[in-house]
Parts: sequence; structure tokens; C-alpha cells
Amino acid sequence: MPEQRIKFYQTGTYTAGNRLLNEEARTVQSRMDRTNSLNSGHRACQGCGEALGARYAVDAAMRAAHDRLIAVNATGCLEVFSSPYPESAWQIPWMHSVFGNAPAVASGVAAALRAKGREDVKVIAQGGDGATVDIGFGCLSGMFERNDDVLYLCYDNEAYMNTGIQRSGATPPFARTNTTQAVGETPGNLPSTGKNLPRIAMAHGIPYVATASVADLHDLEAKVTRAMAVQGARYLHIHVPCPLGWGSDPAHTIKVARMAVESGLFPLFEAQFGTVVDRMPIRHKVSVEQYLELQDRFKHLFGPPRNTDAIAAIQAIADANIATYGLTA
Amino acid sequence: MNRKPFAITLDPNSSLANHTGNWRTMKPVYVDRLPPCNQACPAGENIQAWLYHAEEGAYEEAWRRLIEDNPMPAIHGRVCYHPCETACNRGQLDEAVSIRAVERFLGDQAILHGWQVPCAPPTGKRVLIVGAGPSGLSAAYHLTRMGHAVTIHEAAAKVGGMMRYGIPAYRLPRNIVEAEVARIEAMGVTIRLNTRVEDLDATIKTGGFHATFLAVGAHLARRIDIPGVDAKRMLDAATFLSRMESPFPYKLGRRVAVYGGGNTAIDVARTAERLGAEPVIIYRRDAVQAPAFKEEVAEAAEEGVRFHWLRAITKADHDKLTVEVMEMDEQGKPKPTGRFETIEADTVILALGQKADTGFLRNIQGIRVSDDGTIEVDECMMTGHPGLFAGGDMVPGEQSVSMATGHGKRAARHIDAYLRGTLYVKPPVHPLATFDRLNGWYYTDAEQSKQPILALARRRATFEEMVGGLDAGTALLEARRCLSCGNCFECDNCYAVCPDNAVIKLGAGNRFAFNYDYCKGCGLCAEECPCGAIDMVKDLK
Ligand SMILES: Cc1cc2nc3c(=O)[nH]c(=O)nc-3n(C[C@H](O)[C@H](O)[C@H](O)COP(=O)(O)OP(=O)(O)OC[C@H]3O[C@@H](n4cnc5c(N)ncnc54)[C@H](O)[C@@H]3O)c2cc1C
Ligand SMILES: Cc1ncc(C[n+]2csc(CCOP(=O)(O)OP(=O)(O)O)c2C)c(N)n1
Ligand code: SF4
Ligand code: SF4
Ligand SMILES: [Mg+2]
Repeated sequence: MPEQRIKFYQTGTYTAGNRLLNEEARTVQSRMDRTNSLNSGHRACQGCGEALGARYAVDAAMRAAHDRLIAVNATGCLEVFSSPYPESAWQIPWMHSVFGNAPAVASGVAAALRAKGREDVKVIAQGGDGATVDIGFGCLSGMFERNDDVLYLCYDNEAYMNTGIQRSGATPPFARTNTTQAVGETPGNLPSTGKNLPRIAMAHGIPYVATASVADLHDLEAKVTRAMAVQGARYLHIHVPCPLGWGSDPAHTIKVARMAVESGLFPLFEAQFGTVVDRMPIRHKVSVEQYLELQDRFKHLFGPPRNTDAIAAIQAIADANIATYGLTA
Repeated sequence: MNRKPFAITLDPNSSLANHTGNWRTMKPVYVDRLPPCNQACPAGENIQAWLYHAEEGAYEEAWRRLIEDNPMPAIHGRVCYHPCETACNRGQLDEAVSIRAVERFLGDQAILHGWQVPCAPPTGKRVLIVGAGPSGLSAAYHLTRMGHAVTIHEAAAKVGGMMRYGIPAYRLPRNIVEAEVARIEAMGVTIRLNTRVEDLDATIKTGGFHATFLAVGAHLARRIDIPGVDAKRMLDAATFLSRMESPFPYKLGRRVAVYGGGNTAIDVARTAERLGAEPVIIYRRDAVQAPAFKEEVAEAAEEGVRFHWLRAITKADHDKLTVEVMEMDEQGKPKPTGRFETIEADTVILALGQKADTGFLRNIQGIRVSDDGTIEVDECMMTGHPGLFAGGDMVPGEQSVSMATGHGKRAARHIDAYLRGTLYVKPPVHPLATFDRLNGWYYTDAEQSKQPILALARRRATFEEMVGGLDAGTALLEARRCLSCGNCFECDNCYAVCPDNAVIKLGAGNRFAFNYDYCKGCGLCAEECPCGAIDMVKDLK
């Protein structure tokens, strides 16, 4: 990605901060004056990737918007764990309507601001993968089509977590959820189903679409910052492991996300007006097994007997991503 | 206004009312660990701490941190066997940090800029040091910094011990030794040259010394009998190398045989090569078993030194040696085969090691001299005679400049305590910062910076320094390769990765603290700390 990658520094640009980096090369999260848009006391599980992803993304958006930001939230873990009445963990203007209409509400907020001439105030909408790729999809597509001035952040934890881990259109092949049990001929989620929302967003020809991961804070913040500088409909799809739903160690949330990126299963790229313009190369390639092994939702693949065909099929997806996005160079 | 807006019945509260810390069964704690480099350094340097300053280009601060433990970085930066680099965790990632090269750079900067060392106010106590090698000089430096008045008695005409009379100048230029010794002298250390101590009791009494540190090294050459040899053509390594310091070095024949397989044998052969001779090294064991460093063997071979492994000299004639071919038995010992060869040689130099010359101490009460001439000391570096300490090559253990320097520091601490009537208590050491505690993903791949090497033709014919130093740019890069194993370097990762905003950043230099009211104990911070400075511990309330 275009931001500077400094070689030879003690830790390069990979850690959040580091005194050897100049101020601009440090992340928003490393700053003492970060907003903490999503503050302590929220009720997300230990090591929740979605809480982390939201903290990363919204703080970066706040900084880019000079603290003039309104967030609209779909129903889902992020909304439920942050706002049990009458408490709120949000330290920014934040509103929730229902599960499926966050893009429409955000479009309305943006329209109202335009009507009031408040060009200084920016709007984001956020929701889980269920809210985004499934129930809110119509509203989102409309927001894209109208090119409403909203940055939509999808926190993809690959299932309906808040209601107890049901399959969504973003659930990966073979993953066990409570509605795709690890039984029968093809245990877990059926392969060749589901939707690739970043590609669908790109098909709308909107000015900015990108993927990001809690595994790479610098990249994530840089994308939020670039997206915030763009006028019109923008979409950022963020990979956020869910320790509860994925059956992973809460301490491994970032590690799991990193393995998804480094195996090629979750490609990091950026697109403008429907065309991929950049991608993040894999730094230390790993096999998909190294990703799958960390999660109980794929435990059934490791047997006995080991489901070599399924593992090979997942590896093929990773390999195809590597080829499509040119992730090796 | 106490009227609520439409449809709002209660003021929204902050989630801060919800102390999620009570979910926790494990809690993160910040720890400091002992980096492997520090653990391995015989001079007891806090390498990571001085690299930390060097990483910022703060070379004087780095040097000052370094010389808290070792007053001779320019020397060590050239000749230390760098066990720190062997231990360096970065070696398991790509290549070890070139610690020695950075140390040399700092030492050379200090000489270039004339950085000096402040001393403590005088205590009125007088300490005698016997021998101005690295061990004696190191002890003198530390004792002077503590305010004691130090006098060194040195038998030789010049200071430095084996750093001058042993290590060849192409590895350690003498102006470097002189500059670092001059800085120690400038602190107020008195050095009496050409003053061999023969009667220790008398020297202590006349000088009014309150404590003594012995650091006479090991200078007595080990010899063997070779039948037929003519004494004129046979000499030992120590004598040969020390004569290099006089205006009249030995006149060698053309074919010089060096007998031995250690580093000294290599130094002798390479010195002979530079004097224009054709040296051959003869050793009873094979190349694998030879104690000389493989790197130095390779460099010697490059320069034209030839090797006869598995050969024992049995007889020496006018211009040739008779050698018996040896072979290694199952136990890895060389055994004779009864086959003989001849090797042309007009001079034989024995490089079979040196022993401490401690005869002058035999009558001192309480001192225990081992059969090999070494003196026994306790963990305080004190001999059996109260107030009489010893260190360096004359005590059992590894013989190296850094070990000698480390002994000097350790002895100085205990001498200081002895003079004050207290006991020096070593601060507790942290557990080791092992490689498996690091999170390698956060570190950029970066190759080791290479030092320039003198052209081969010059190496074969002159005593010019063979290895060049790093420049400011490469020294900075090299310092920045340090991973800061086991100790927080404020990368902000823990502060960033906490989903619960339960890490408090205390500001530059002050590290971080946990807010246990909200820490759920997920362990992400510990997992993502690049250098392994966070432990997860049980927290059952
Ligand atoms: C050829 C050679 C190469 C070496 N290369 C290396 C190397 O590359 N790296 C490394 O780390 N180590 C090297 N060493 C080992 C290293 O030099 C010694 O371990 C180290 O110098 C020991 O320090 P010291 O202070 O104990 O003794 P020394 O350096 O031997 O100093 C002892 C001093 O005491 C003086 N003295 C002796 N008796 C008396 C007396 N009665 N009265 C007054 N003064 C006395 C001597 O003149 C001498 O100056 C090498 C050694 C040799 C021989
Ligand atoms: C119309 C409607 N249907 C169902 C629900 C119940 N519901 C609340 S959150 C949720 C799942 C949210 O999944 P996702 O959007 O992926 O967010 P996550 O909880 O995984 O972060 C569901 C089904 C609802 N609130 N409204
Ligand atoms: S269920 Fe998953 S997404 Fe929801 S709070 Fe827990 S870890 Fe986060
Ligand atoms: S990386 Fe740094 S701290 Fe770690 S062993 Fe090497 S020099 Fe020491
Ligand atoms: Mg979800």
C-alpha cells in the first residue's frame, strides 16, 4: 500500500507506535489523544475482534473528520454490547435504528446534513456481516447506487454472532455454525455459497472500496483515512475474528486475523470506481491449515479422519486469491 | 433546563459504570527480562540499554551507558570474542545484531571527540593493582569512579598486558589501546611502568595500601621437549609476539613452523606472514578439533598460511622437522600411526599456551595456588588472604579480554565494599528473555551490516588494521536491528490492541500501566507484545 514501509527500523512500521518513527508514521491508536470512540466498560467478549476493529476504524475516522462525525449502527454485537440501556460506551454522536436499515438511516443523516449546509460533519455507518451482506443489503445497494456521502464499515466476523452464531452470507465454506453443523456429507457451511461483498460493492462503481483486517493496524487506519478524504459512497470490509463464534483463544484474535491475511484467505486490497488499484503483499506466507487449526469451527476438518479434500478446497481459495490479487510480490 | 427532550426518559450513562475487570481470571503484568546478550557478556555490559540510545543516534549517551560497565569499548569492539552475538535472539530470526561493531563505533567516537569520565569525591582509601592488562585497568577505572586512589604497578615498559604484548597490531592498533588507557589515567590513576612486584608485602606496606588487586595475567609459556632442537631456532609465542613491540623484532628464517592449534598459533603465523616469512601451522589434532576460531583459520589460509593437521613434531634438525602422522581414535584423541614425514622449517615457534607466573605469591599467607599456577578466588574475587583480590588470566576460567575486564569490575565492587566494611549484594537478575517469547511478525527483515575488510595484498604485507569500522549510517541501522528482547521499548502495541481501552499510556519514557477496572484478561496485549514484556498471571479473586 502507498504508505511508507520503513526498512531497518527496529520494528519497521508494523508496531502501533515506536519512538524511532516520526509522528506521522505512527498510528492513531498509538496517540495519547485518540478518541477512544468505543470506551471501556462495553460488554463484548474477552478479545473481541469486532470491538477492536471498531475502535481502530472509528478513532481513525474521528481523526480524519476532525472530531465531527456521526455514526449509525446496525443491530448486532457491536450495537448490543456497547449500548445496554441506559449505558453507552460511545464517546461520539451515535445512533441505532434496526438490524437491516443502517445504510438507509445513514443516507438520511447525510441528506439532512447537506440540507443544513453542514459539510464539516461526516457520516459513517457500521454493522456486522449479517447486517451488511444479508438483511441490510438492499439498503446498502441503494446507498451505493445513490452515491450517498457515507463511509460504510462492515465488521465481518463471518456469522450472526449476537444471536448465537448462525450462518450468514459471509460464513466461509466448511465452517461450523449453529445452523451449519459439522455433520453429514459436507460438514459445516456448504462450499460455493455466500457472497463476496467487496466485489459486489465494486460492481456498483462507487469511488472507494477496500478490505482491511485487525491484523494490520497501519493498513487499516490508512484505508479509513483515505476513504474519509473521498466524497460519495465508500465501503470498507474489515475482518474481525470472534473468539466465541470461531472457537479461538481470545488472546489469538489478532494472530488468527494475521493468519487469514498471510495465508491469502483474506486478501487486503483497495479499489477505486470498480477497479482494484492496490493490494498488500503477503509478508510471511502460511498455509491455510495454520489459520484453520486455531479455530474450533474448523476442528472437524482435522479428524479423525482428516478431511483432506476440504482443506485442499480451502487452500485452493487462498491460492486463487493470491493469483487474483497478486499477493506474493 | 431539567426538561428532557422528546422521547428520552433517562440520562444516558457511561459504560464506565460497568467494571468489566471482574470477568477476569488471568491478568497481564509488565515484566522485565534479561536479554541473552546481556547474560552472555563477560564484562557484564547492559548491551540492550546502550543499543537503545544508539538506536536514536544518541551516541554519547550510548557510550556513557556502555562505560558504566566497560571502560574500553574501542578495544572490546575489536578483539572481544563477542559471546553476546552468539547468544543474540536475532540470530534465530536472520543474523545476530553486530553488537561488537556498534561497540567499536561508540568507542571510536569517544576517542574522536575526547569524551571523558567524571569521578566520585575521594574516599581516602588507597588500592594497589598489580598488572596493567585489561583486568587491572578495568578494576582501576571502577575503583577510581568510586573515589578510591589507585596505583598500578606494571612490570613491562608499556601498559596493556596481552592487549599490547600478545594480540597483533593488525587486529588491535596500539593507538587505540593508548587512547583508552590515557582516558583511564586522566581520571587520576597512577601507573608505574617497569615496576615488577616481587615482594608484595613490602609493596603494600610502603605504599600504605588498604586493599590489593592482582591481575598479572598468564605469561609463562608452556613448553615441550623436542629432541635435536637448537635453542636459537626455537622460541615461544608469547616471547615472539611481545618482541614485536620492541624496536628489534625477531629475525625469522624463511620457513617458520608454528606448533599449536589455538588462536595464538594463528596470530603468530599471521604475524610471521606479515614479516615476510612462509609460515606453516602444525597441529596434532584435526581442523575440527583445533580450538582456533574457524573464521580466523580461514582468514589465515587466505593470507597464505599453510596447515599440517594431525602431525606431531618428533625431531628437529637444522632446516627440517620430522613429524609423525596422527589419526583420531574413536574417543576423538589423536594417536600415533608410526608413519613419518618431513617438513622444511628453519624456525619453530611453540604456541602451546601460557601459565600464570605466580611464584612471587607463594609465601603470602592464605593464598592457594593451583598446580597450573592459577590462584583460587571466592565469588567476591578475593583470595584466601583478606583484602587481597585477584582476577583475569591468573584465576581459573576462560582467558579473554572481556572476562578479564569483567573480573576487574566485579573485584572493584567487592573491594569497595571491603573498604567500606560492607558487603556488595548483586541485584537480582531477571529470568531470561527467550526467543519463543518474541512476536517476530512485528520486526522488519534486515540484514546485518558488514564491516569493510582490508585488501588481501595489504593484509599479507603490513600490520595495518584488517577490519574497518561501521560508519554513522551503518552503525545506526545495526543498532536498530536490536529486538529489545524482554524489555518494553514503548512500541505502543499493548496500548493499541486492547479492545477494552484498559491500557494506560503514561507518556514517552514512562511506559504503560493496566487499568484493571476494565481489563477482561483476554491476553491480546501479551500475545502481541513484540518483545515479550508482558506475562499473563492467575488472578482469582
Ligand atoms: C596472542 C594472543 C591473542 C589474544 N587474542 C585475544 C583476543 O582476540 N580476544 C580476547 O578477548 N582475548 C585475547 N587474548 C587473551 C587476552 O589477551 C587475555 O585473556 C587478557 O589480556 C588477560 O588480561 P589480564 O589483565 O588478566 O592479563 P594481561 O593482559 O596478561 O596483563 C597482565 C599484566 O601484568 C603485568 N605483570 C605480570 N606480572 C607482574 C608483576 N609481578 N608485577 C607487575 N606487573 C606484572 C604484565 O606485564 C601485564 O602487563 C589473547 C591472548 C594472546 C596471548
Ligand atoms: C429484523 C431483525 N431480525 C433479526 C434480528 C435479531 N438479530 C439481532 S443481531 C442479529 C445478528 C447480527 O449478526 P451480524 O450482523 O453479523 O453482527 P454480529 O453480531 O455478528 O456482529 C440478529 C439476527 C433483529 N434484531 N432484527
Ligand atoms: S460474540 Fe463475538 S462479536 Fe460478539 S462480542 Fe463476543 S467476541 Fe465480539
Ligand atoms: S536482539 Fe538486541 S536485546 Fe536481543 S539479544 Fe540481540 S542485541 Fe540483545
Ligand atoms: Mg457477524
